[in-house]
Amino acid sequence: MAIEVHNVSKRFGEFVALDDVCIRVNDGALTALLGPSGSGKSTLLRIIAGLETPDSGEVAIGEELVTDAPARTRDVGFVFQHYAPFKHMTVHDNVGFGLKVRKRPKAEIRARVQELLGLVRLDGLADRYPSQLSGGQLQRMALARALAVQPRVLLLDEPFGALDAQVRGELREWLRRLHEEIHVTTIFVTHDQEEAMEVAEQIVVVNKGRIEQAGTPRELYESPRNEFVMSFIGPVNHLGDASFLRPHDIQILPSADGEGVEALIERVVHLGFEVRVELKLGDGRDIWAQVTRETAQELELHEGQILAVRLPAPRVFAA
Amino acid sequence: MALRRPSAPAFVGGRGVSVLGKGLLGIYLSVLVLLPVAALLAKAGSGGLDAFWREVTGPEAQAAIKLTLVMSVIVVVINAVFGTLIAWVLVRDEFPGKRVVNALIDLPFALPTIVAGVVLLALYGKGSPVGINVAFTRASIALALLFVTLPFVVRSVQPVLIELDPAMEEAAASLGAGPWTVLRRIVLPTLTPAIVSGVALSFARAVGEFGSLVLITGNLPFKTEVGSVYVFSQIQNDSLPAAAAVSVVLLVAALVVLGALTLVSRWRSKHVR
Amino acid sequence: MSASKLGVRTVALGYLALLLVAPVAMIFYRTFEHGVAPVWDAVTAPNAVHAFWLSIEIVAIAVPLNTAFGIGMALLLERGAFRGKALLGMLIDLPFAISPVVVGLALVLVYGQTGWFGDWLAGHGIQVIFSVPGMVIATAVVSLPFVARETAPVLRELGTDAEQAAATLGASTWQTFWRVTLPAIRWGVVYGVVLTTARALGEFGAVSIISGRIEGQTQTLPLYVQDRFENFDITGAYASAIVLALLALGTLVAMNLLTRRLRERESLMTTP
Repeated sequence: MAIEVHNVSKRFGEFVALDDVCIRVNDGALTALLGPSGSGKSTLLRIIAGLETPDSGEVAIGEELVTDAPARTRDVGFVFQHYAPFKHMTVHDNVGFGLKVRKRPKAEIRARVQELLGLVRLDGLADRYPSQLSGGQLQRMALARALAVQPRVLLLDEPFGALDAQVRGELREWLRRLHEEIHVTTIFVTHDQEEAMEVAEQIVVVNKGRIEQAGTPRELYESPRNEFVMSFIGPVNHLGDASFLRPHDIQILPSADGEGVEALIERVVHLGFEVRVELKLGDGRDIWAQVTRETAQELELHEGQILAVRLPAPRVFAA
Repeated sequence: MALRRPSAPAFVGGRGVSVLGKGLLGIYLSVLVLLPVAALLAKAGSGGLDAFWREVTGPEAQAAIKLTLVMSVIVVVINAVFGTLIAWVLVRDEFPGKRVVNALIDLPFALPTIVAGVVLLALYGKGSPVGINVAFTRASIALALLFVTLPFVVRSVQPVLIELDPAMEEAAASLGAGPWTVLRRIVLPTLTPAIVSGVALSFARAVGEFGSLVLITGNLPFKTEVGSVYVFSQIQNDSLPAAAAVSVVLLVAALVVLGALTLVSRWRSKHVR
Repeated sequence: MSASKLGVRTVALGYLALLLVAPVAMIFYRTFEHGVAPVWDAVTAPNAVHAFWLSIEIVAIAVPLNTAFGIGMALLLERGAFRGKALLGMLIDLPFAISPVVVGLALVLVYGQTGWFGDWLAGHGIQVIFSVPGMVIATAVVSLPFVARETAPVLRELGTDAEQAAATLGASTWQTFWRVTLPAIRWGVVYGVVLTTARALGEFGAVSIISGRIEGQTQTLPLYVQDRFENFDITGAYASAIVLALLALGTLVAMNLLTRRLRERESLMTTP
């Protein structure tokens, strides 16, 4: 099911959450709504889900206009940031809730729940209570619960935000693989650009209630449309006068003979595989370059060293 | 130069109050609670188990005890329903004057029981301007008990309702549940421990209630005489063993229900933390 | 506004109106039905005045005692380490489960003429039953749990961090308590005191038995209300009831303001 949002606006009192937003998500795609806190991405997701109504504009799922339809009729699976488990029910009853509400026979519910628990790797935990599960397990239960009713669309609101780094990494990978298996149109909201880049096929960058740009991760990285997108996705050097450079595009030359711009190394930070070199240019500007361990070793980069750097043509965005 | 260690406060580090303090607290507790309860139990059993049983199963005593228990059960059931309803409206609804209404809930806590009786009598007794006269009937018992036990369920449920995560209800809605289903399967089960807890406190209070009943019920033996009033009359007649015996029955009833329901409430909320 | 939402609101508010508001409003109306003068006369009658001051006197003794006890018990429960805390908690809560009439009886059995200490007290010339000391004890018993119950959770929320910090800075036990603990828990204590006072002022059943209800001597204001009623002095009964009702309303206001303070405090203490 494709999703289309046309000219949706929403305000909460004085605060404008969304301003004339249009997006299109293709059928079966895995899309990220990426943006900082307060950008409106969660609001947009909730409007698609039917948990909020827009002040103006329309939402369509598949061919159907659902703008005024309440959440329970939209057939969307929603996964909440803090999982929203039904604490008084077992894992089995949680996952089977949507089916119970649709009055499916008990045997069918049981079979489907078992199937889903297997899918999300929670076998054997059917009789536990949410209070007995870890964060990662709760999130997978929430996912299973949303998928149980075979929704047309799967929506996830910062699904991995509340987990610690390692679990987050595992679940990201797992979500991607799950999507490959079950081709449900999926949208997830995140403020973590790395997560969006790693997991999504398509990213929609949201800022202050507006869509800044939509495209594949590569498109956004290599052809950012404006300053915000370039700064938000990937590391960036801001050279003061609206021009921007990617740190890894800065080439450190082995010798300072003629070519390139003179620079003084102020600090060298070793971050495992990559090395961050903080430089002061001859004209007083500060930039930093990203090089590999090998390069840093070859050139014997150290503090106080004076050498030359070749700067690529900076990206300039109209004001 | 000798180093002095600062004296560690006695109650930091878990050593509690000083010994003298503990002693004083213990004496206070004994004088007020332990000794009197012991004396009560002693008096009730002073004639042996037979005498106790005889006092408790005498016709007037039995009638009073039965009336108390039946009325208390009826009243707490009504409280469970209306108390939850009122808590719901106070938490989820908005209307002018809500703050005042919220404050009024505590009125039965603050008002002396005798005044509660007078107040109810003014409106629902003889000479009632709306023509409702329940004085001297069993309905008056229910009325007074409903008045004095009103706050318990409401105040017990309110904080739980306030804490209720709206995401749970939204999740249920996204899974296809209509508002009634959400109420039935998500909200009420979460509220149950609090309702049960409120019911327990209501029951204990209702069983022992006295002041609000003396004027409006007329205290008619076998008709509207509740357990506490019977105890009072026995004291007036200097039949202390009889008074003690029935007192023990009322006390045990309150404690048993309180204990049982507290366990139920805790068991149900075990997984809801 | 959905129909069901409106319906629920109506039912809830209707219930409250019929049970709570209408009767209280009625009483105010009935009392002043014939003007303020008869009410004033009733309220200033000598027995009424005596009853009022007796109530105040008893409350003035019972409440501070229970406050000290309550704070002590809360400290014991939340800062002490010993087994049987649950039992202690239950003992403190016991007065909630005992009918006030039973409290009166139990006290008579201990401190009355034929009670356990009857002879000893008589021998030392101490009159407990049928006089003010007994009424103070009865009032203290029924209003016992409140300060402890309201202070304990506040103590628990507070945690021992601040107290430990004070210790490392050289404060003694008493100093820590006075300067660190007590200020932090004071709203819980005050709320408990308000509840205790309300309960103590309104106490009827236990005091009724203990006092012997001797007019002009051992009648508290609630007992006086009953006395007037039984003597068919409806105006007198209503008038004294109004005084008590006004005190109750004052208590309500205090409770409400304090609840808000307490909640503010809570959010301050738990904000990360």
